[in-house]
Order: sequence, then C-alpha cells, then structure tokens
Amino acid sequence: MKRADDFEERRKHIANLSDEELYKRFWELTDMVVDPLLELGYKNTTPSVERSVLLRMGISSLETQKIVNNCMDHGLMGKGAGHCVYKLSKIENISIPEAGTKLANGEGWDVVVAAFKGGK
Amino acid sequence: MEPLKPNEKINVEEIIKDLDKYEPRRRGWHWRERAESQEMGPFTYTNISKPLTNSVPLPPAKYFDGIDPQPMPTITTEIASGRFEDDIRRMRMAAWHGADHIMVIRHMGQSHIDGLMEGTPQGIGGIPVTRKQVRAQRKALDLIEDEVGRPINYHSYISGVAGPDVAVMFAEEGINGAHQDPQYNVLYRDINMVRSFVDACESKKVMAWADMLQIDGAHNANATAREAWKVMPELIVQHSINSRFSEKVGVKPENISLSTVPPTATPAPCVYMDLPYAVALREVCDRYKMRAQMNTKYIDSSAREATVTHVMNMLISTLTSADIQSTITPDEGRNVPWHIYNIEATDTAKQSLIGMSGLKDMVELKKDGPLRETVRDLKERALLFMEEIVECGGYFKAVQEGFFVDSAKYPERNGDGIARKIEAGVGVGKIFERDPDYMAPVTAHYGYNNVEQYGGDPKDPAALIGGCTFEDRSKIVYIDELDETDCVARRLENTAKYRDGHTIKPEMEWQADGTIMITMCLPTHKRAAEAAALEIGKRMGLVSPEVISREVLQEAEGTRIEMKGKIDFDIDLDTLEIPEEPHYMSDAELYHEFEDVKHMRVVCGTVGEDEHSVGMREIMNIKHGGIEKWGIECVYLGTSVPVEKMVDAAIELDAEAILASTIISHDNIHYKNMKRINDLCVEKGIRDKVIICAGGTQVIPEEAVKTGIDMGFGRNSHGIDVATFLAEERQRRRGERE
Repeated sequence: MKRADDFEERRKHIANLSDEELYKRFWELTDMVVDPLLELGYKNTTPSVERSVLLRMGISSLETQKIVNNCMDHGLMGKGAGHCVYKLSKIENISIPEAGTKLANGEGWDVVVAAFKGGK
Repeated sequence: MEPLKPNEKINVEEIIKDLDKYEPRRRGWHWRERAESQEMGPFTYTNISKPLTNSVPLPPAKYFDGIDPQPMPTITTEIASGRFEDDIRRMRMAAWHGADHIMVIRHMGQSHIDGLMEGTPQGIGGIPVTRKQVRAQRKALDLIEDEVGRPINYHSYISGVAGPDVAVMFAEEGINGAHQDPQYNVLYRDINMVRSFVDACESKKVMAWADMLQIDGAHNANATAREAWKVMPELIVQHSINSRFSEKVGVKPENISLSTVPPTATPAPCVYMDLPYAVALREVCDRYKMRAQMNTKYIDSSAREATVTHVMNMLISTLTSADIQSTITPDEGRNVPWHIYNIEATDTAKQSLIGMSGLKDMVELKKDGPLRETVRDLKERALLFMEEIVECGGYFKAVQEGFFVDSAKYPERNGDGIARKIEAGVGVGKIFERDPDYMAPVTAHYGYNNVEQYGGDPKDPAALIGGCTFEDRSKIVYIDELDETDCVARRLENTAKYRDGHTIKPEMEWQADGTIMITMCLPTHKRAAEAAALEIGKRMGLVSPEVISREVLQEAEGTRIEMKGKIDFDIDLDTLEIPEEPHYMSDAELYHEFEDVKHMRVVCGTVGEDEHSVGMREIMNIKHGGIEKWGIECVYLGTSVPVEKMVDAAIELDAEAILASTIISHDNIHYKNMKRINDLCVEKGIRDKVIICAGGTQVIPEEAVKTGIDMGFGRNSHGIDVATFLAEERQRRRGERE
C-alpha cells in the first residue's frame, strides 16, 4: 500500500487527548490486537507445542517428532500427542517412556485410535 | 569441579565430562545489586553496583589502587564463534571485564529446524544450541560467576519452528534469559504467523514458569528498514504487541524487556533524533524493562567509528534509562566477532556508564520544546498505527497488507513493507484445533487442557504422571552426541597440544587459529594500499592475508589499512626467553644503603625544550612514593634544562647521579640527549663518578643503555625502580655485586 502523509488529518480525533488519555487509549488498542492472538493459542495446538509436551513427559527429543508425525497421520492432534502417550501407558499399563517409544516406532496407534473412538 | 584459580586456564575437558549428571544450581534472572558503599578509592559515586571479587579494571585504574567500579545496568556481550568450547574461555575473559549477561547466538538456519538439535556440531554464524552445549556453558559459567563474585545470566533464543521445544529445554537447564518474539519469526524468518503466535503462547508460558527474562525482537525493524529512523512509530507498536501479549500469557512485567536501539547514527544528528524516541518508548512501555542495544545498522569496518556510535548510544541510555546495556562488538562490520572485541565492547560499556553515572542528578531533560513535541508526535503516530491494525481486522490482516517494516514514516506508506500471507510460510497447515477432550499432563502448558476427564487437577496437570521434568529432573532424557565425527571431542583432540601449557599460537576466535591483525599506514591511494598490504602480508609469511578495513587519510597521501592473516608456526613456551619480572629491594635494604652506608645526592630535571615535570616529580617526591622516601637527596633543576647545565650541576654539587626526564621523542631527540649527557660526563672526566639515568614514557631501557648511560626507565616506572637501580649500581661500583 502506498499512501501520502495524512498525519494531520488522521490525528484530529486524538489531538486533544492528554498524555494520560493517549496512554490509556494506546493500551486499550493493544489489548484489542493481542486478545485474539491469545485466543488462538488457547484453542489450538501445533507440532512444536506437542513436542514440548512430550519432552516434559520425559520423552527423548529423538522420539518426540516421530510421535507427533504419527499423531498427525492418525488425526489425533486434537486430542494431544501427550494424551496419546498417556492413554497407551494406561491401557497397556506401561511407563510413559515405554509408551512413547512404542508410538515413536509406529506401534500401538490402533489401540489409541480405538480408545478415543470409544470415548475413553 | 574445583573452583577456578585466577592464574590457571579453565579446564574445558573437565567441563564437558559428566554433563549427564549436571544440574543447574538456580533458575531465573539476576539483576545487579546496588553497592552498600558508594565510596571507592578517592571517589564518591551515586549509583554503582556491588563490586566484583576478581576483575580486570579499566587501564587508568592503576593510578587509583586498581579500583573497578561496576555500573548498575547489567552488561551484555554476545558470544558465539561456532565452537562453544572456545567461547567458554571468552566468557571468562568477558566476565572479568564486567559482563554479566552472556548471550549465545544460534547457528544459522537453526530456526527452521523442526525439533531440538543434539550433540555438539560446529556452527556457522553462531553455535548449534543443544542441551549438551547449554549444560557445558552453564556449568562453566557457574565456576566463572563464583570466581568473579557476581551471578552471570546465560541467554539464547526461543524462536523458529521449535520454539516451545527450546523453551522447555532452557527451562530444564536453568537458562536465565531468552529472546522470544513471534513477530520476528513472522517478518524475518517467514514462519507461518498463526503457528508463530500459537507456539509463542506455549514458549512464553514455559519462560514464565522458569522465571526467565524475555527480550523481544522489535529492533530488527530498525535494522531492516531502509531509512531506519522513519520506523520509530512502528517500533513502539511492535514492542507493545509482544510485551502485552507476553504479560497476558503470564510473564511478569519485570521479566519483560524491550530490545531497543537508538535508530540513527552519525552523520545524522543522531542524539537529537534518537533521544525523543527513547523517551517516548520508555513513557509508553513504562511497565517493562529496557535492554538498550547498540546501533549496528550503519556501522562499517572501522572499529573506532562503531565505538563512538556506541558511546553516543550510551549517552541516551544514561539520559533515559537502561536496565540492561547490551554491547555489539565493534568488529561486527568486518568479521565474526573476535575475543578482543568482546572485551573491548564490554570495557566501552563499563567505561561509558561509570563515566556518565550521576549525570542525571545534574542534568534534566527539557519539559518543553522540540523534545516534548517529538515525543508527542511519535506517541500519536504509534497510537494511529495500532488503531489502523484494529480497523483493518487485526494483526494477521495487517501483516498480510504489508503494514510492517514499511520504510515511510507512518502514516505515510511507501508500499515496501514485509507482507506475509496468513496461509503461507514455514509450518503452514500445522495448526490443530483442540478437541473437548484435549489433554496434556504437564506443567506450564498454555490454553485449554482437560485433565478433569482423568480426575486431574487443572492447577497441577503433571500430577497425572507423577510430575513432569519440571518437577522431577530425573525424567529428562540427556543425549550426548549424534555424530561422532562432528563433535567437541574430535575438535579438542585436534587442538590438545595448545592446552598443555607448553605451546601457544595467537587466536582471535578459536583455539590456535593463528590469526593476527596488523595495522599500517601506507602512503598511497586506497587500491594501491590494499594491494601493497597483501604483498607485505605475503612477504611476512602470513597465510591468507586479507584486508579487513581501509580508511582514506588523504586520497594521495595515505591509507590506513588493517589486515588479518594466519601464522603457521607455534611458539614453544619452554624454550622462549621470558625476561624476569623487575625486582625491588626492600625498604629496609634501601634505608640501610642510603641512610646508614652513605648519603646520596642526585641532580634531576627535564632536559631539552620541554616543560613536562609530572613524571620527574613522581619519581622524586616522597608523597608519590619517590626516591626521597629512602633518604636520597634530590636537587631539582626544573624543566627545559640544557644538558650542559645538568652535567655542570652534578660537578658543582658533587652529585652521585643524574636523573634526566625526557618526554619528547620526535626524531629520537630523547636518545640523542641521553648520549650527550654521557659524552659530556666523559669529556669532563666525571663519568666514573656519576650514575646516569633517563626516563620518559617513550623510553625503552635497552635502547637507552645503548646511548652509553647506565639505565633507562620507561612508562610505568616508579620511585622504587629508580631507587633499587641506584642502590644496586652503587653496590656494583663498590664491587659488592655482580
């Protein structure tokens, strides 16, 4: 977009604001810009967010990406990759790292998919 | 590990041993603390921080008992040569000079790597940031901070497509600060904008848990825009978006720091232009901290010019505020920063901030006139910019329409901003909506998290798995190396012989890189000078000589050249002849010689056409530790004393020694005067009766002796040196000493 300088015209409605009013208005506008971005983060997840969850669950960085890729392939990102690991460890009564290794190797996904379909 | 010993090198091999067992000793950022006493040496300060237990003070400190006052702002230096193991030694040197914020630059391209890097491969343009590298450097900094007596903040980057992964690793490893700004990913790394912000929520939440200081990336708009001073309104907008966004994720305002740069540099009237911007930004973002970065956009290859720019930047820091004073190495315009320039930059910051400390107690910014008018103008433009983002439909729409990094001063637009599409960029299509039963059983996870379905506590989701790595470090999976050829162990093998204390090579970046720099003035035009310099380098035996800076002195008369090159030989310290440290006789020995054995009278004066007297007085005067202290009688003849008069006075007064001060050294006049004193003494038949000494800042003792006199005293000589020599020479002449 190209535009000539229209500052004098554009500032008319704020020209008479005090410095304090200007400050207040600026931060109200900033909130309006950032609030939708926070909402996006609240409602969504990404491969890196899920990898970071897996890392915190004690899973090796060499496995996190494989688990997340498999999770995407199985359409389970909406559940959470960490959730898939947690689910498998509960169903098979194995540790979190063991469940992680299985899922990284592409094993156990049928169990996880079935469990989520069953709503459990 | 054993504490460091100041006179021993840090043992890098020991540092990288047993890293799998290393645990960081603390989390969180550390600010300097105000010193209880503001008195130091002969001076009273108004706001210095606690002194260090070990440090290298500024050069003139030697006149003031070696005091090393530390300013209040944290001082940053950026270190990342590509080999983290060599950077460790540089970190120690920087800490001794006053840096307490060590920032590590990442390997080029790491921001596009989808996941954590592991091991210790060599980097380009920075270092691959990995758990092993981070542990090694944090472990080294633990030792270094104990040695200097002040906590050191360790810092790197949480950005790119693996931001949350890196944030978690940093939190686990006790990293104290990090850059985190999704706008940087969007504008400069072309990472999908939705992805960047979703990831940023998670990264910031983790940073908040770890109490890390966050630094933003807004100043890059300044470095990118063609006419940097025009983007000031946008800079305020970018800083505000990231800061407010971070605060709402949960980062406490005192851990949010703006990375702000004075946008212009000379030949612009830069302080006049930059000061109102600095004031406006600090007034708008008054809840947050300020990390004052230095302008790099306009620096060229002259280290002197870059240093002056940086000092002017620190005038702005002083007149406004800076919680952290960053430094940029003044050689950034010519090469990957060298050891010596990290130290120079740290010293420049320490010197400037101490030199200007207290200024605001005497000087105040005007409350009217051009400063306030420009501040108001910038605030209004920033507000209008933010208003237009809202009007156009929000942040993503604004980026898509090229609002950012447009080179015109808002609201004027040149149409050359960086535009990114919502549905494009690295990582596009990888955003997934969380289902109602979405769950993540970990601490510091941002957003919707249904742990209740398993009877979990939303306040402690990690309890579902008995605690995550943030509660239980033993769950962290440590990976040592993935590549047995590209790793630190192999690199250290190749340089092992340079760490045994017997063999050295000069180095600028890496152990034994052999790089040296030569400065010269060549009396010809620029192109010829450059070619001549390379020829000189070749004939000197330099490997790969390269001109790194050229400055015209006058187009026909001369060019200043700085050239680097490598030497391909080692220096063996075992066979090297190292002159002994000068030795001093004790007070008792000197009193005995001059009071009990025999009184000594000497004639002193500054010879030639020279009015300097300070040096001579320091050598004589008892108040300055001069030779009078031990009972030597000084007959001072004054300044500009003809050499004949010195010799005649020695005869007349039956003096045992002549002490001549020779400051002026043009055309070697100082040595010529020494020779004349000697010759006159010989002529008049008194040479064997008098001891002749000469001193001055340009005097080299070995050269002075060649003129026939008995001893020369150069820069940094004191009364004790002269008294010791006089006593020993007298004993030699008596036959009591070799």
